[in-house]
Amino acid sequence: MNAPDLRLSRRLVLATGGALVVSFALFPNAFAQDAGAKPPGDLAKFPMLDSWIAIDAHGAITVFTGKAELGQGIKTALIQCAAEELDVDPSAITLVTADTERTPNEKYTAGSHSMQDSGTAILNAAAQVRAILIDLAAKRLNIPVEQLHAKGGSIVADDGRSVAYKDLISGRELHRTAQAKPSLKNPKDYRVVGKKFSRVDIPGKLTGKPSYVQDLRPERMLHARVVRPPSYGAKLTDIDIAAVERLPGVVKVVRDGSFLAVATQEEFQAISAMNALADAAKWDETAQLPKQADIYAYLRKLPSQDTTILERGNAGESGARSIRATYHRPYQMHGSIGPSCAVAKYEANKLTVWTHSQGVYPLRDSLAKMLKMPTKQIHCIHVEGSGCYGHNAADDVAADAALIARAVPGRPVRVQWMREQEHGWEPFGPAMLSDIYGAVDAGGKIVAWQYDVWSNTHSMRPGGPGNLLAGQYVAQPFTPDAPKPIPMPEGGGDRNAIPIYSAPNIRVISHFIPQMPLRVSALRGLGAYHNVFAVESFMDELATAAKADPVQFRLRHLDDPRARDVINKAAEEFGWGLKEKLARGHGHGFAFARYKNLAAYCAIALELTVEHETGVIQLGRVVAAVDSGQAVNPDGIRNQIEGAIVQSASWTMLEHVTFNARDITSRDWSSYPILRFPALPVSVDVHVIDRPGQPFLGTGEAGQGPMAAAIANGVAHATGVRIRALPLSPANVKAAIGI
Amino acid sequence: MTVLTVNGKEHSINGDPNTPLLYVLRNDLKLNGAKFGCGLGQCGACTVLVDHQPVYSCLLPISVLEGRQITTLEGLGKNGEPSPLQRAFIEEQAAQCGYCIPGMIMRAQGLLNRKAAPSDAEIRAYMQPNLCRCGTHMRILRAIRRAVKDMRTARAEPVR
Repeated sequence: MNAPDLRLSRRLVLATGGALVVSFALFPNAFAQDAGAKPPGDLAKFPMLDSWIAIDAHGAITVFTGKAELGQGIKTALIQCAAEELDVDPSAITLVTADTERTPNEKYTAGSHSMQDSGTAILNAAAQVRAILIDLAAKRLNIPVEQLHAKGGSIVADDGRSVAYKDLISGRELHRTAQAKPSLKNPKDYRVVGKKFSRVDIPGKLTGKPSYVQDLRPERMLHARVVRPPSYGAKLTDIDIAAVERLPGVVKVVRDGSFLAVATQEEFQAISAMNALADAAKWDETAQLPKQADIYAYLRKLPSQDTTILERGNAGESGARSIRATYHRPYQMHGSIGPSCAVAKYEANKLTVWTHSQGVYPLRDSLAKMLKMPTKQIHCIHVEGSGCYGHNAADDVAADAALIARAVPGRPVRVQWMREQEHGWEPFGPAMLSDIYGAVDAGGKIVAWQYDVWSNTHSMRPGGPGNLLAGQYVAQPFTPDAPKPIPMPEGGGDRNAIPIYSAPNIRVISHFIPQMPLRVSALRGLGAYHNVFAVESFMDELATAAKADPVQFRLRHLDDPRARDVINKAAEEFGWGLKEKLARGHGHGFAFARYKNLAAYCAIALELTVEHETGVIQLGRVVAAVDSGQAVNPDGIRNQIEGAIVQSASWTMLEHVTFNARDITSRDWSSYPILRFPALPVSVDVHVIDRPGQPFLGTGEAGQGPMAAAIANGVAHATGVRIRALPLSPANVKAAIGI
Repeated sequence: MTVLTVNGKEHSINGDPNTPLLYVLRNDLKLNGAKFGCGLGQCGACTVLVDHQPVYSCLLPISVLEGRQITTLEGLGKNGEPSPLQRAFIEEQAAQCGYCIPGMIMRAQGLLNRKAAPSDAEIRAYMQPNLCRCGTHMRILRAIRRAVKDMRTARAEPVR
């Protein structure tokens, strides 16, 4: 057994009752074994088992993850992983999520990585903890390990004797380095993983239990609101604060350069005081935004860093038929239903922030730089917020709360953004465009493919303090980090720019545009939403040129059997191709992608109608098939894909951020409409193809791109007109079909 | 002072009578169900019932609510048990982030108060004011249909 090394580990005593429980260990101990192969998932980064799992003297099991619940159901799936390999009831497990003083630093909860990184780590750590418990029981009972198995929180011997986990753990038995290849259960024996299991967070959320950062009400809490500038980069030149300070309930007006906020006793007082401050403030506005109508031409002309991410053969090869096309996607917003919120408390030189940030550790580091505080004096704790779908204003409001809390030491401060602030100041999903050239031969096979995509960065997360909105406006402002492309194979603007289909001659170029006319960052799917929309629309265009059925045309260019299975499943369940003739205005659309070309596979078939007089698209049946590898919670996967289908339908049919020469004009749900109930599909059916024992494949973002392309392909089928610019709004559809 | 009747109990509220009901529910009464979404009556996250009808609590000042029956999410169930509608939402796992769902449940309750067995088209039309961003809509519809069915079955059962 390895000797513990206390010098490098941070200890946190979790539970009392006699046993000292070391629940946190950042570094492997000095005598770590197996220096060669790495353990799987984020166990590679945090190989100490007690970084992930603790068992106390009462037998209470605590599992730690650096990932956060965003409404995707990750808590439930991670508990299932731990319960399965520990052979306990899931209700026996307490899960601690992203917290800078308790959990591994798994950076961001993003990119559909949580199951792959943290789920894999917890599954494997739990299997090794079970093996340790069996070893300990073997010694205790003096029988070989082969005669022992885990069951319901005890190690049970074939002769009927048993020892509870709590009686086997007396101290630091789990402070061990993970093995590279632990002995996992045979998926055939799974009782929890892959089975129907209800989300642990849903009953509380549906009965009014405190579930969100918005629901925190620590003693002596103040309410605060921020006054944002009227436009990007505006400077606060003058304000009479005294009048506002006299308003009822006002405790503190905070001004730091052009950062302006107010803290009050009651919440509605904060709103009134915010409005009074906004009225009193004088700003110097300098923002000059490009013309919205010319945005794509503008972006194309901006300097770009060009990278050929794939080149094979002569991509300009001609064929029997060839097509050139350009696809566009506008700026779109996360649009959380609950505007961003944070609670912060500054006391005795220590700052605690309760936040719905996707990355508590990066946020902590960023706040430390903004506030010029030592990192160890800042504690960021994730508490759920409204769904974010990427990098929204969660980090920004946390920075606001930190600045205000520092001005009122000892008082917790709750900062709630207003709707118009969330709409106007969140970092949007970037506008994008791509040019495609494709050629098919006489036999209906793709012979050439060229793809050029232009995009801003898809991640301006903190990062440096200049990536926090408040950091840009304080008296000594910070400059945002230089934008960077996210490298392949995952990619950012070029995510899914490489087609999954075989083409002998191919060239794909990513044109990365550093200059950002609008504030942008990560929106669910990043560039994959646009690239899958473009690639899958173009596949239909080529199929038409080749006089081939779109599903058959895709299969003709795909070798991956799992990709083929997903496509066939969606087509079969939908009844693809059974109805040759459709009535006027009726169309069928199909699309497929493997997210990032390395995560979950998702195919969607749908029917729709286009009302020629209005350009309104009405969705009918939508059928999807998804392969996420080993399915941990199949209903969770269905929920994610159903949600992606409906959300992407909203993006695709309705959404684009509007702006004038100075400011964002999408400021509420009437100036930025999203999908409402009457526009829903008639039905959405998601079929999960389970792959027992296969690695987890990220699912959360897999449906966004395919849904966009399936709608566009359905509209082309219904109208005979190919629309290559999003959104497929009634006005745009009507203009395209020429009525 | 304003006297409000919330979930059958009277509460005396000090403070500005222009305060929208939402802030009083959340802060004075510490009820989490109604959520701040827009403050503009555009999203329905703050929906509660006033005299059995759904309203936007973010817009209604408490001054106009004296003597009226206010019901929040917390007032739907009985004896700590979720109501049939809440149970149906849980059964259908009709939530992702769940932030909009209390408002959805309250609006759906408003519909069922008015009509015991609405058609699918009526449900879709009635739920129009409430927004969900996670795309949980299809499950929300299933949950409402399930509640309609469950309540009909419960009514049909003989009294024991």
